[in-house]
Amino acid sequence: MIIICTFVSDIYIINTMNKDTKVIDLEKVVIKFAGDSGDGMQLTGSQFTETSALLGNDLATFPDFPAEIRAPLGTVAGVSGFQVHIGNTEINTPGDIADVLVAMNPAALKANKNWIKKGGTIIINSDSFAKKDLDKAGYENNPLEDGSFSGFNIVEAPIANLTQETLKDSGLDGKSIRRAKNMFALGMVYWMFNRPMERTKKFLQDKFESKPLVVESNIKVLHAGYNFANTIEALPSSYTVTKAKIENGTYRNIMGNQATAWGFIAAAEKANKQLFLGSYPITPASDILHELAKHKNLGVKTFQAEDEIAAICSAIGASFAGDLAITTTSGPGLALKGEALGLAMITELPLVVIDVQRGGPSTGLPTKTEQSDLFQAMYGRNGESPVIVLAASTPSNCFDWAFEASRLALEHNTPVVLLSDGYLGNGAGPWKIRSVKDLPDITPFVAKEGEEWQSYARDTQKLARKHALPGTKGLEHRVGGLEKEDITGNVSYEPENHEKMCFLRAEKVERVADFISKQEIYGDESGDLLVIGWGGTYGSLYTAVKELREEGKKVSLAHFNYINPLPKNTAEIFKNFKNIVVCELNNGQFVDLLKSKHDTFQFKQFNHIQGLPFKTTDLKEHFNTLIS
Amino acid sequence: MSELEIKKLSNKDFVSDQEIKWCPGCGDYAILRAMQKALPQLETNKEDYVFIAGIGCSSRFPYYMNTYGFHTIHGRAPAIATGVKLANPKLKVWQITGDGDALAIGGNHFIHALRRNIDINIILFNNEIYGLTKGQFSPTSATGIKTKSNPHGTTDNPFIPAKLALGAGSTFIARVPDTNPKAMQKIFLDAETHRGTSLIEVLQNCVIFNDKTHGDITGKDVKHDMQLWLEDGKAMIFGREMNKGIVLNGLKLAVVTIGEDGITEDDILVHNAQEENITLHMMLATMRAPNFPVAMGVIRKVKTMTFDEGLISQLEHNIKTTKFKSSDDLFNSGATWEV
Repeated sequence: MIIICTFVSDIYIINTMNKDTKVIDLEKVVIKFAGDSGDGMQLTGSQFTETSALLGNDLATFPDFPAEIRAPLGTVAGVSGFQVHIGNTEINTPGDIADVLVAMNPAALKANKNWIKKGGTIIINSDSFAKKDLDKAGYENNPLEDGSFSGFNIVEAPIANLTQETLKDSGLDGKSIRRAKNMFALGMVYWMFNRPMERTKKFLQDKFESKPLVVESNIKVLHAGYNFANTIEALPSSYTVTKAKIENGTYRNIMGNQATAWGFIAAAEKANKQLFLGSYPITPASDILHELAKHKNLGVKTFQAEDEIAAICSAIGASFAGDLAITTTSGPGLALKGEALGLAMITELPLVVIDVQRGGPSTGLPTKTEQSDLFQAMYGRNGESPVIVLAASTPSNCFDWAFEASRLALEHNTPVVLLSDGYLGNGAGPWKIRSVKDLPDITPFVAKEGEEWQSYARDTQKLARKHALPGTKGLEHRVGGLEKEDITGNVSYEPENHEKMCFLRAEKVERVADFISKQEIYGDESGDLLVIGWGGTYGSLYTAVKELREEGKKVSLAHFNYINPLPKNTAEIFKNFKNIVVCELNNGQFVDLLKSKHDTFQFKQFNHIQGLPFKTTDLKEHFNTLIS
Repeated sequence: MSELEIKKLSNKDFVSDQEIKWCPGCGDYAILRAMQKALPQLETNKEDYVFIAGIGCSSRFPYYMNTYGFHTIHGRAPAIATGVKLANPKLKVWQITGDGDALAIGGNHFIHALRRNIDINIILFNNEIYGLTKGQFSPTSATGIKTKSNPHGTTDNPFIPAKLALGAGSTFIARVPDTNPKAMQKIFLDAETHRGTSLIEVLQNCVIFNDKTHGDITGKDVKHDMQLWLEDGKAMIFGREMNKGIVLNGLKLAVVTIGEDGITEDDILVHNAQEENITLHMMLATMRAPNFPVAMGVIRKVKTMTFDEGLISQLEHNIKTTKFKSSDDLFNSGATWEV
């Protein structure tokens, strides 16, 4: 095999000598790429994803990387992974465990040993299994030789050496050659799943436009990997996953954080406002800042502030002066923003705070996912301080919820907390591209020059106060964090007025329920078990409920995106089920909220706090115990 | 602006209908009146002014100005002012703050506003005490001062605001006592025309908790000898007889008397507020009584690009050169596929 790849020209000859492999159709498959955090596994995974998306597969992805940028080479702490689930059928999760694992070193194998299906295929970079590599991963014996993986289809490929051989006459420096080995692995997986390489070639050409040697070398290595996989006997079959049946339209692959950013860009255009983001970098929310910072061409203003507090305060200032203002953060940052969020709330200014939740408390698990900021979003401020709380539930619908958060903030003049999470933000899936003209209108509630106006007079339906923008002649006024008198907006310490204002502000948020859609239910409207979820767990819960329904079980799902206020029909839905179970990646926060609002129902709960998404199999197993 | 559009405003136009709640005799009144007299001298419409404050006695200021105003939270006014300016750069943004608000809880935002040089004006009411919380020492209180929160005398070293501002990269620094309303007006106007962050430290008296803290500088009997009024291009001469001056002696400043030891006016340092190098400005900013007069007036005024100008020019350039005319163009860019 090595001989074949010694001469680059041979590779193309081999390519024409396709051995007679049968191509097997798969309904769906889960592939995980894992290696050192410098091995380029995220890029490899993204390329496989994009290529599969262009072939029309439905898919979902999830990257799993360490908090350290470059943990010591070869250690389990430094393993970076990227999991992709593709199918010709509806795909809603990145998959519980992988059918195929690409492990670039022993640490990657060790980190994923429990996340690969028994009997699955493991592609190993055998060049990285020397004694020193095993030591770094904490293996006393070579796991490939001691029977640890006896039930698996192990494909040992000398990826590093073959990459070196492929490029030895290329003129590329040693470091760049070593870095190209991820393309070899990608080439192998492309062959295995019968994928074309054109999309990745185009990607390399665009990315390294000014470095033709790098482009040429990476493409050579990609081909070398493809041809190697074709040639070796260890992979007897090539698989394919055909197009999924999904709604007609134009699609693109989109990451959750990107979709969030784009939802705000669309909302600003629809509201005829400029978009202002005040932000301080924090994992896993920073990609929203990165994405929006690219779009000055669409009038987007991004401000990297000196801290989380300045980030939200700059957004409050921008909102006061007339922009669609947002701030992005994660749990620890939301804690710092609490006081300022209270200011936005009492001054009744539109503002969207995006919390891409991660494992807490404190610094917690920065790169892992969790749903434990719900209480903080609901109650994390001094005084009576209700705000609207929404949650996105898939990477691509982050677009819709960012848009909806903007609509509610601007039309009701109130802050909105939008909860996303690391799983949604970094995950990706196909997005049916929206046209701005088809999105709902957004009408900011703003006073105009010459109109009769008082700063704290309210709209009778929404109870929103109309904001007057600085620069509007004749409407000069002062707002602030001190309690204001109803209607006039003058500072007031009057006891009755304070109580009235607290009630008005609470009622204003409650009345949002009149302006949102009803809670939908997946499955029948009555049955043995109603599964309740919210936010980023949608994919796993939906898949579990769908599979149980296919088995004939009377299970339905109510997955919430409107957290505060809850949709008006919430109690109606609960009435018709024998059992209700609330599933969350926390210690039971939404269930407490539901108990406090709807105390006539018996809620069971199912909680995981491991920094990981639910596994569909765990959910099904638990639901079965509830209905048996 | 055409003549037709200008309706001459008077100081009364800037007086709001709110009852002023500062203590009788508070230095804040003089600052408020100076501002209300200064603004009509500019050609800006009233609706284009925004006053933003944090928390503290001084921070009630916006309620008393009949302009747009925002009384925010403790220490954060620079960040809110930044957002206002970036959202609508044509607005004239004034931030009102005190020594606790700007230099303790809001220290971070204060230095970063100065570093960025965003086009806002900051008036720092420095009374060297916490007034609203009833008399604790502040970051500018003199070492040793006895207060409720340190009855045995503080062991803290104070900030000199102008020194901190120079370190942070400030492009406009002025100092003025609340006892000189004419000078305040002039400096407010100067600050408004400066493009960038203008910092004006007002030596303000708290009659209740720290009365006459600036008395050794502002007292009628001492003010001529204890205040050096800087004017760009003019010699640094001061004193009741206007016969004292500042010279550079080695690497230090020294006070000399004109006519003594052969000193003439030509030996006295000439102030250059526009000098980029901060060395001399730093020496002037840190002169302390009783051995030196305290520098008043505009210590530093240098031109560099402002943060808002930078952002706006990037926006304009990107909008002009992009292929994307709307969100739809962005959404359909790159790899897409049809189903």
